Order: sequence, then structure tokens, then C-alpha cells
Amino acid sequence: MIETKNINKTFGDNHVLKGISATFKDGITNLIIGGSGSGKTTFLKCMVGLHEPDGGSVMYDGRDFTRMNFESRIEIRTEIGMLFQGSALFDSMNVEDNIMFPLNMFTTQNRKEKLERANFCLERVNLAGKNKLFPAELSGGMKKRVGIARAIAMNPKYLFCDEPNSGLDPKTSIVIDELIKEITEEYNTTTIIVTHDMNSVMGIGENIVFLHNGEKWWEGSSKEIGSTDNPELNDFVFASKFMKALQKKP
Amino acid sequence: MIFHPLGKYILLLKAVFRKPEKWNIYKKEIFKEMDYIGVGSLGIIAIISVFLGAVTTVQTAFQLVSDLIPKSVIGGIVRDSSILELSPTISAIVLAGKVGSSVASQIGTMRVTEQIDALEIMGINSPGYLILPKIIGAVTTIPLLVIISIFLSIIGGYLAGTLSGAVSSQDFIVGLTTGFIPFTFTVSMVKAVMFAFIITTVSAYQGFYTSGGALEVGQSSTKAVVISCISILFTDYLIAQLLL
Repeated sequence: MIETKNINKTFGDNHVLKGISATFKDGITNLIIGGSGSGKTTFLKCMVGLHEPDGGSVMYDGRDFTRMNFESRIEIRTEIGMLFQGSALFDSMNVEDNIMFPLNMFTTQNRKEKLERANFCLERVNLAGKNKLFPAELSGGMKKRVGIARAIAMNPKYLFCDEPNSGLDPKTSIVIDELIKEITEEYNTTTIIVTHDMNSVMGIGENIVFLHNGEKWWEGSSKEIGSTDNPELNDFVFASKFMKALQKKP
Repeated sequence: MIFHPLGKYILLLKAVFRKPEKWNIYKKEIFKEMDYIGVGSLGIIAIISVFLGAVTTVQTAFQLVSDLIPKSVIGGIVRDSSILELSPTISAIVLAGKVGSSVASQIGTMRVTEQIDALEIMGINSPGYLILPKIIGAVTTIPLLVIISIFLSIIGGYLAGTLSGAVSSQDFIVGLTTGFIPFTFTVSMVKAVMFAFIITTVSAYQGFYTSGGALEVGQSSTKAVVISCISILFTDYLIAQLLL
């Protein structure tokens, strides 16, 4: 479980996060949604330590991440897997080496064991046999799946996904969403997904935190989101004609 | 205005020299960098060195109009200018263009494509993993390149002098072997090590703090070369002032 308490973040005069407190439970898909510039990615980066919050704390199963120094954070970081918006695969390494990279750095496994683990992760994301391809040779959807394979290589307790569907066609988006949900349930991870994709929200949103202007504006599930009377959330959820049509149906 | 980037540069260096997670992985990276910086730059260094020596010989001969000065002086001038100035400094400036721009754009691209963030999320000390192998690779191979450059520069000078008739083979060798001060070679090596450190750290700093996209990566690369060149020339003066 991850808890954030009163997270604040300012860039110059721009107050991006205004005291966000939220709880993200294990074994379910937690979504952070909001419009562009609402602070979703900044909030995620504060949680994983890529940005240092100006105030507040981030607790990983009771361990205060924000008060830790670099060395103490390594233990928690080896329990984190993250899927980046652009996949962030290492260009100079092939698929297999990308997945084995965290294993090389933090485990004492021999090459055979690491290779077995890499192959297992690749099979899990339906990319068996693609070991020797380089990131430049992969499609967007394949890159995302390799990103997921690398994120789960170390059996993470916490899985973060930043816009996992960006740049993907609707069908591939659903495949990625379902894969993340399956992995969450299979490994009982605390999964946090930043998205503004309404298909993801309706499809896998078990716990949804809606951010508006850097504040937590609403929290609930995908079942509750359609019936909310929160005007800002309604503006966001029913922005498209398709969603408006769904809203009008009794 | 200069203190903020200087502070960031020092803090980055502090992170670079943090204890590595696994030396085996770093070792592999160090050998890769030694191959790229050392072997990869051998061709360009060889070409410029031969011409540097040749030009020094021809221009020195042109200026030696007095019959009172023996022609053998040319050999000594080519030797000393190659060892003390031309080989370390010109090689470093060429390497700032070749290696520096590559380091800055490589690290800059990794920054803007979130690859550095990915390293940090994994718990890896990204400055150490990305920059330390480049520093070690450069400070071990650039002095070797400078030694090769000195050797080739003298050969270039000898060939240009003898083929053009500016100086006889015997005079050149007499000048080359007379009045050699071994300390000049030490100064040359100190310069080479310092320049190698400047090229890699300045370029890595520019790349590491790149933000934006492709345009900014290009700008970082240009800045890396410009700042490296100025720093090399300033350090060159400083070392000359302190050691000679």
C-alpha cells in the first residue's frame, strides 16, 4: 500500500500540487486521472522520487520514502517497477538485455537464471522469441510490452505506469490495460496508473483519483464515475461526443 | 551567474564518484568507452598530428632567416612544441568536438527519452553509471593518444623538413636529440589527463541537465564543445603558468 500525505510541489511561481493526500491499495488498479496540466505526472514523479516534493510524505507500506537518503531509497526502488510514457527502453541494448539489466545490477543470479527470468517475462507479455530485437525495431505497442516485461523482471511490489496507452491504437491500448490488470492481480502489486484515456478509466479503474488544478478533486471507482455530480469531473469524463451519448442513455 | 551551474557541476561530480553498484557492469562499460574514445579517435588524431608536425617544421624553417641559427633548431622546436602544446592541446580540442559532442548528445537523448529516469527508478546511481566509465575511459586513453600524437607529429615534421629540403635529415635528428628536458613530457601528460577530465565531465554535465527535446539535445551538444574548448585553453594556460 502506498499513502501520500499532503504532497506539495512548486516549480518557480507555479504551484503544481496543492496538498494531495491519497491511499493506493494492493492488488487493485489505482488510476490517477485529470486533464493536461492537472499535475498527474508530477504527482507520480513525486511518489517515485524523480521529483522531491516541497512538503508532505510518501509512505511505502509504512516506510517514509521522502525522508530517506539515496542509499536507503535503493531498497524501496528495487521493489518498484515503472512503465514510462515513451517506454524508456535503453537504445543501446536489445530486448533481452533491457529486461536483464535490473537483474544484472541487483541480483547474484547467474546468466542462465537471468535469461530464464527474461524469457518468462517476455512470454508473460506475449513477446516470446523477440529477445534479440533492438528498441528501434519494435512497434509502439511492443515497446510498451517490453517496458512492462522490464518493470516486472524484479517481481515488483509497486508498479507505476505513466500514460501506458499514449500513442497506441484502441485495440493495443486494451491489450496493455488488460496486461497491467492481470499482472496486478497475479502479483498483488500496488499499481498506480496515470492516464487520461477514458477507455482505461472505464475498463480497469478500480480506484480512481481525479486531479484538478493540482488538487485531489474526487475519488471513487469506475462504477461511480458515471453518476457523479461533480461538474469538473463530468466535464472531463464526458468531454467526447461518444461519452456524452453514453451519459444520455438511461 | 556562474556559481549556480558550477555548484550543480560539483554536485554531479560528487554523485559520479559514489560507490558503484556492481564493478563488473562498470568494467564492461569502461572497456566500451576506452574502445570508443581511444581506438575510435586514433585515425583523426593520427591525421592531424602528422600535419601539425609538418606545418611546424615548414613555418619554423621559413622564419629562420639568420645564418647564425643552425637548422638543427627546427628539430628541437618541433619536438618541444609537439610535446608541450600542439599534441595535448590540439588533440584535446579535436576530441572535444568528436567525443564531447557525442557524450553530450548521448546523455542528453537519454534524459529527454526518460532513460535516465528509468535508471533512477531502478535504484541505480545514474551519474555514476553513465559518466564514471566515460571519465575513466578518457583519462586512460587520451594520454596514450597524446603520446601517439607526439610521435606522429615529430615524424610529420621530419618528413616535411627533409622532403621539402628545409632541413637535412641529420640536422633534424641532431636538433631532436639535443637539449631534451624530460619534465616537458610530464607537463604534457598532466595536460592530457586534465583535458580528458574536462572533455568528459563538461560534456556529460551538459547532457545530463538537458531538458526539452531534440532541439535542446543539439544545443547541449554545441554548448558542451564550446565550454570544453574554452576550459581546455584556460587550463592549458593555468598548467603552463604553474608547472613551467
